[in-house]
Amino acid sequence: MSPTESSITKSTGPAPSTRRRRRIDGGEPLVFLTGMGLAIGLTMITALLALILFKGLEAFWPKRVARIELTPAAAERVGRDVVVAHILGRQEIRGAAHAEGGAGVDEGDPGTELRLQVGNRDLNGMGFMYLPESAIERISHPRGILRLERMEYGPALVEPLELDIAGEPPLSLASEGGIDALERAIRAAAHRRAEIRAIERDQIGGLSRRIESLRMRRRGIEASATPDPAEVASIEARIAELERRYEGLAAESRALRDAQHADTLTYRIDSGREHRIPVGEIVSAERPNALGFFGRLRVFLGNMWSFVVDEPREANTEGGIFPALFGTFVMTLILSVAVTPFGVIAAIYLREYAKDGPTVRAVRIAINNLAGVPSIVFGVFGLGFFVYFVGGSIDTLFFRLSEGPVFGTGGILWASLTLALMTVPVVIVATEEALAAVSRGVREGSLACGASKWQTIQRIVLPAAAPGIITGMILAMARGAGEVAPLMITGVVKLAPTLPLDATFPFLHLDRKFMHLGFHIYDLGFQSPDSEAARPMVFATTLLLIALVVTMNLGAIVIRERLRRKYATGAF
Amino acid sequence: MPSRELDRGAVTGAPHAAGTVAVRPDADPAPSSILAERASRFVSADDRSDSVIAAILANRPTATVVHAEVAEDVPHIVKIRGFSLHYGEKQALHDVSLDVPVGKVVALIGPSGCGKSTLIRCVNRLNDLIDSVRTSGVLTIGETSVLGPETDVIGLRKRVGMVFQKSNPFPKSIFENVVYGLRIAGEGRRSVLREVCERSLREAALWDEVKDRLDESALQLSGGQQQRLCIARAVATRPEVLLMDEPCSALDPVATAKVEELIGQLRGVYTVMIVTHNMQQAARVSDYTAFMYLGRLVEYGPTEAIFQNPRCRDTRDYVTGRFG
Repeated sequence: MSPTESSITKSTGPAPSTRRRRRIDGGEPLVFLTGMGLAIGLTMITALLALILFKGLEAFWPKRVARIELTPAAAERVGRDVVVAHILGRQEIRGAAHAEGGAGVDEGDPGTELRLQVGNRDLNGMGFMYLPESAIERISHPRGILRLERMEYGPALVEPLELDIAGEPPLSLASEGGIDALERAIRAAAHRRAEIRAIERDQIGGLSRRIESLRMRRRGIEASATPDPAEVASIEARIAELERRYEGLAAESRALRDAQHADTLTYRIDSGREHRIPVGEIVSAERPNALGFFGRLRVFLGNMWSFVVDEPREANTEGGIFPALFGTFVMTLILSVAVTPFGVIAAIYLREYAKDGPTVRAVRIAINNLAGVPSIVFGVFGLGFFVYFVGGSIDTLFFRLSEGPVFGTGGILWASLTLALMTVPVVIVATEEALAAVSRGVREGSLACGASKWQTIQRIVLPAAAPGIITGMILAMARGAGEVAPLMITGVVKLAPTLPLDATFPFLHLDRKFMHLGFHIYDLGFQSPDSEAARPMVFATTLLLIALVVTMNLGAIVIRERLRRKYATGAF
Repeated sequence: MPSRELDRGAVTGAPHAAGTVAVRPDADPAPSSILAERASRFVSADDRSDSVIAAILANRPTATVVHAEVAEDVPHIVKIRGFSLHYGEKQALHDVSLDVPVGKVVALIGPSGCGKSTLIRCVNRLNDLIDSVRTSGVLTIGETSVLGPETDVIGLRKRVGMVFQKSNPFPKSIFENVVYGLRIAGEGRRSVLREVCERSLREAALWDEVKDRLDESALQLSGGQQQRLCIARAVATRPEVLLMDEPCSALDPVATAKVEELIGQLRGVYTVMIVTHNMQQAARVSDYTAFMYLGRLVEYGPTEAIFQNPRCRDTRDYVTGRFG
């Protein structure tokens, strides 16, 4: 307010309503309102991210193992004196929890109960239990308890007894040396497991594909009008040769599998039962209570690493999520490769060539509205158009002799194209903006040099608009990478045996089904037989999905900044 | 052009032909020249009614004073006859006739919005970019007609280079900026491109400043250097006519002096049409000056005559700073 104005205000003394009016016109309440809106939005986003970050990382942190001694009355009801478990949480006792808890609690018993992960699902029949606090006599954390991560049945919390390595005398595990020997044996088993995998998946898989393609050729020759017996015979011979090699590899893998069962570990669990399992079944072993901070950190990082690079086990509730991570990555790449040229070409026509009129305006409105169509509708369209129509036609034209559908079924190509279709409006809108921002001056400069309109677009306008186009691509990627619904019917599966990109020819397998982090979250959280076990995995997977999207976007942003520096506008 | 019908109600007494005098001192008009024909309608410089505004208010056609020196300086490379231009309903140029002698520098001066830029943007048909533009009249370069749908616009623009008010280097290297015209013409031989690049940059007096950094972005250059780069780009294809639309209006005095010196060097090699707001600049760089006002060409003659001894009242008022 200027000095004169304030003096006038003072001298005349306007009515309060006028003063209020002036304050509203000045906009201060609106500034407050907008600031509040931003603050609320930021708080919610930060809280959500913090929750995911905390819960996601907590899943990898090694938890202490508690040895819980029960009161005599409770011991009688539960059927044992001691429960060894991770304590996951404490909650009010509720009716439903009672019935499921199975810990034998009196009706109407007030107070809290502990949520415990007891592990040993193979022997106990359950991996989790609830225990009322009133049933607890004493809790201790003995250092000797071993936590085993196994190929099947989830974790085991055990007291190790004896390691039996083939050809050596049994080794007691009460000593430190015994634990070292166990760790060595586990490492050797992991090495063998990788070898088995290499043989079975890569070599045997490659052989089977070659045999299958030879068989297809044989069928083709036999189905032709004049089958050449010599050619059929030569193919037969090659098939026989490949099958012999197949047998050799199969024998090799059988030998390795036997070796996995040669060494055994004997342990005792909290109910007192003793059990013996092959070392080959053990993925990792550690003593959580004996670990210091750095020991825990090592286990934490190890867990995180294996989560990223391993394959899922136990109906996805255990192990890693590498195939889902990789599937999402490849899908997003194919999506952006497909969506960018398509959207850019459409935007160039709309912005540079189409005469502005009712038709163009209608097309723009339609494009913007496409962004609001539910994604499942795009999924259904993708299924009908890409999978059944396009894929089916490709199959009838090129894969007539194949036994099952090749492209006529869901696959990563069709899923990516469906998402590309869904995200194309984003790219069109962003590209149009970028094209409109290229100054008239350089366009006229180019035309005045004798360039045609297309040459101007191609050599001047598009390079200058590239950063904006990449912004559109980033938005499309961010939207596409997190989408689940359309994928569920166009090619995502719960468990894919192979990756869409691997070392076997032709390397990028566009027809393969794939795993996806978003679908993985849905599957873990809502389709899993053991939802308790899957709970930390849901958070960890969400964290990884967010990290993947952020990483890919950062990559695109780096490229954009490079371009922006290159095409930075001049001194004026 | 406004209606030639006289609105007798609005004009009091004086019919427009009254007081018309021939200003050609030699009184020897080339009979075929339209300019000479128009010269016969010239009104007295002393008559207040010769001002364009008075003519428009009186709904009279305006007249153009063309000094004899221009008509005699043949050959003319750009010939504009009876040229009018409409933006939609609005008429921006009224019956303009102007001949540009080959190898000379012609300055177009006049207050803002008088149609100077519009006129030179018609010479390479950049106004085609605006949908609502309609033109009528004759505009030729050499023997080629510029207007008309069958004209090869791209070929035309290769013969007519243009430098804009705001320098507009492309977001490319200095080298690529200069050879842009050749590249799109399909020239790919590195040796030719290098040669043309050096020649053009020398012509634009920029070679010594940038010869060591031809591969750097053109956007790194200073404003004056960018404008000279645009001139180098325009002369790289050896155009017959060079159009300059206020090339110095965004430059500081030092850069302006350089560009003006450069225009002086280009004289004789290229025919230059330069639009400028700066009358000193027009006086310094041009051989001939055309004064435009309200979409009409008012007076056209040797620069010295226009500034020292204008024959029209509007011209005199403008060059002495009484308006504009």
